[in-house]
Amino acid sequence: MATITELEVGRVVGAPLDRKEDAALLTGQAKFVDDMSLPGMVWMAVVRSPYAHARIAMVNVDGALAHRGVIAAFSGDELADEWQASLPCAWLPTEDTAQPNHRPLAVDEARYVGDGVAVVIAESRSEARDAAELVQIDYDPLPTVIDAEKALEDGSPLVHEEFGTNRCYTWNLATGEVDEEFAKADVTVKERYRQQRLIPNAIEPRGVIVQPFPATGELTMWSSTQVPHIARVTLSMVTGVPEAKLRVVAPAVGGGFGSKLNVYAEEALALVLARRLGRPIKWIEQRSEGYQSTTHGRDQIQEIELAATSEGKIRAVRAKLTVNFGAYLQLVTAGTPLLGAWLYSGAYDVAAYDFECTGVFTNTTPTDAYRGAGRPEATYAIERAVDALARKLGKDPLEIRRLNFLREFPATIASGLTVDSGDYDAHLDAALEILDHDDIRRQQSERRERGDTKQVGIGFSTYLEMCGLAPSRVLGAIRYGAGGWDAATIRFLPTGTVQVLIGTSPHGQSHVTTFSQIVAERLGIPYDDVEVLHGDTAVAPLGMDTYGSRSLTVGGVAAYHAAERIIDKARKIAAHQLEVGEDELEYENGTFSGNGNSLTTKELALQAWTAHNLPDGMEPGLEASFVYDPPNFSWPSGTHIAVVEVDTETGDVDLIRYVAVDDVGSVINPRVVEGQIHGGVAQGIAQALWEEAVYDEDGNLVTGSMMNYMVPSAAELPSYELGRTETPSPTNPLGVKGVGETGTIASTAAVMNAVVDALVPFGVTDLDMPATPERVWRALEEART
Amino acid sequence: MDPVSRKTITVDVNGERYERELDARRLLIHFIRDDLDLTGSHIGCDTGNCGACSVLVDGTLVKSCMMLAVQADGAKIETVEGLAADGELNGLQQAFSDHHALQCGYCTPGMLMSATALLRENKSPSEDEIRKGIQGNICRCTGYVNIVEAIRAAAQ
Repeated sequence: MATITELEVGRVVGAPLDRKEDAALLTGQAKFVDDMSLPGMVWMAVVRSPYAHARIAMVNVDGALAHRGVIAAFSGDELADEWQASLPCAWLPTEDTAQPNHRPLAVDEARYVGDGVAVVIAESRSEARDAAELVQIDYDPLPTVIDAEKALEDGSPLVHEEFGTNRCYTWNLATGEVDEEFAKADVTVKERYRQQRLIPNAIEPRGVIVQPFPATGELTMWSSTQVPHIARVTLSMVTGVPEAKLRVVAPAVGGGFGSKLNVYAEEALALVLARRLGRPIKWIEQRSEGYQSTTHGRDQIQEIELAATSEGKIRAVRAKLTVNFGAYLQLVTAGTPLLGAWLYSGAYDVAAYDFECTGVFTNTTPTDAYRGAGRPEATYAIERAVDALARKLGKDPLEIRRLNFLREFPATIASGLTVDSGDYDAHLDAALEILDHDDIRRQQSERRERGDTKQVGIGFSTYLEMCGLAPSRVLGAIRYGAGGWDAATIRFLPTGTVQVLIGTSPHGQSHVTTFSQIVAERLGIPYDDVEVLHGDTAVAPLGMDTYGSRSLTVGGVAAYHAAERIIDKARKIAAHQLEVGEDELEYENGTFSGNGNSLTTKELALQAWTAHNLPDGMEPGLEASFVYDPPNFSWPSGTHIAVVEVDTETGDVDLIRYVAVDDVGSVINPRVVEGQIHGGVAQGIAQALWEEAVYDEDGNLVTGSMMNYMVPSAAELPSYELGRTETPSPTNPLGVKGVGETGTIASTAAVMNAVVDALVPFGVTDLDMPATPERVWRALEEART
Repeated sequence: MDPVSRKTITVDVNGERYERELDARRLLIHFIRDDLDLTGSHIGCDTGNCGACSVLVDGTLVKSCMMLAVQADGAKIETVEGLAADGELNGLQQAFSDHHALQCGYCTPGMLMSATALLRENKSPSEDEIRKGIQGNICRCTGYVNIVEAIRAAAQ
């Protein structure tokens, strides 16, 4: 491990530096929302519907109001006038997308178990919760629909009566001669897969504190969020608090994985109630409460068809999704499956493409982004379908993959986007070498021949992902409500240390470390002289926050360009003071030299501050901002390989090896990159093998707490064998592609292909996630009979 | 509704003595966090599964959301705040940093206490023993690989 003392100043990009974030987190000094309290602060508790669908006949808060410590209690009806707009949905993919009015508390009808119905404010946490139980509510239960396909059937109960249908929208993307390709294909495969519903489980539950300043009308909100900037804009619209009077702070945030890429009812409630009562309000989610009220992920039925030649060349892909949106549209519920819309042809050169997605309302918790958001689903479908094609043709799945790889870059893929760079053979070769592929295949054959109880399966995923969200113009074209740019400001302080204000908002991704490396390297100053400030709209007002593997590829590049602007200005001052032409100055490692003299950026920062001797007309100070709008998405790729041992008597699946070779472009901090891959892979393995959110027919979340929703521990997961190849992105000066979602995007397909590979000799090829012992055992039993 | 019954307890936390009157129903984690302002121990669930609230009570690893504060009356409690007693990270904390064993860091205090208990019982645990030793602590960020390596390094 390298430490800063071993490194030359200005040579820190690419080094596995210690994280600046660690000390506070390791000592318990980091402040998460629940670690904060304010003088006069009171607590909020939300009363939630126990019915998945019910008319709210009566709400009586008198019992709660009579309870010790209670300050106020309100029904949804009593707060209805507070709302200037629905809770935000930033992405309505079609003109006819059905958008329900989503109030922070339900009025008239509750539409999922957990839908907020009333709210109680009390002096303490326990008093608020006790009193919440004393709110009397009469419900008239209504018919319920949980399953997305059933919700589309005629006569289904309607989640939102006013639309006359549960269909939210249908969205299409088609290129090339798809029908012709299918008509003339030597072989076709048609597969149906299920992406089960997942609960993201960021380990810090959500929480919010709002401090009002009644005299000025200002409000400050601390929230466990990935998106303080988006929250500020949208909550201003929801509550009518002028945006300029609203400050949103994301303090230390304990993971998000998409579940905090949202603007929630409790944030809006805390804002309006703090405004109304004139006291600071705190709400902290309980985990099992969060299972109902924080967005879920995935929940799709995928139908995918491939048309191919007899050699295995894929000519066309058809994909059709039916996606369960739950009861309402949260921030990006409707757009989440579409983030995969361009990727159902995977890493392959395909001529024709047809994608269709139908979103459906049901009486369940809303779904939204979960790590990878749309792209893990796409990768899973195409990578499993490629294996199905290989089986049908009796060919090696690797042969099919190599036959179809995109090889010339930039490459325009079937869905119409342009992949900037890559070398897919390189990461596949590297992964096979780590695996010792021939040896594993030999072991597999031996076990098959012996008829061992425990059979080995090997599964591949050669994925392509689309990250770095996103070019604003593209977002506009697909009807997303905001831009995809991000911002950075670099400010030299007079004594030579530097503040970097960034618009992305980390919750575990090491932005402080990584952005420090970028800026320290470019400005030629010590890593420890850089302070990165984030997650506070008063400190860094411009930003689009953190999701979609965008922080480095968009925000990091903004920081790079801001540093270039600093250098440009410093160069002008240096040229003036050294009395040489600007282009006669050499710049290296933070030092300008020319005419036998030199000045460092640090010295120039002091000169810029005193302003005693600047070029005529130059503004004092050494500070620069840059807002970067990426010209393209970024395109990480890689090969993941899973090796499993399946007990054919019990159905138990043991993941014995996991190899991941990823090409995420240039790397700023290899240790951070590895950590991101580890975590993503763990989440993908967990989807493949264990995790599933289950509702009963009445809409009760059966997996209602961590007792019965399996989040894996260290005891269930293996170590991973990592490798890396590198094709720098040509579209940004850092060459970076993003790494936050790689692991989940790649891994479910690798694991499930491995499980199926072990079971093929038993006639099992149709198997859904999670591959629990029961599901595997049942599949084997069915195949035997 | 009847007023909640109150009780006075005395505990030693990280070498400091505290006497407090509290609701008899108060959970140990709320006592530590809200009454003593030691907010390093976190709450990640309400069912005793996640381990973010892990502390040592008289040397025994405890999920402090599963214990009433009154049950800890007279006990010696160790929390994450006591690990870097002299202002320097201890060996285990340093190993976590060296091996990038934390990302968001929310589970980390509980994980550190769990590892502390493990290493007191077993000076040189195998990978398997480490994985089983921390299976009561959920980390959603790291995939555990680097946590396991950090604990192994700290053991040496």
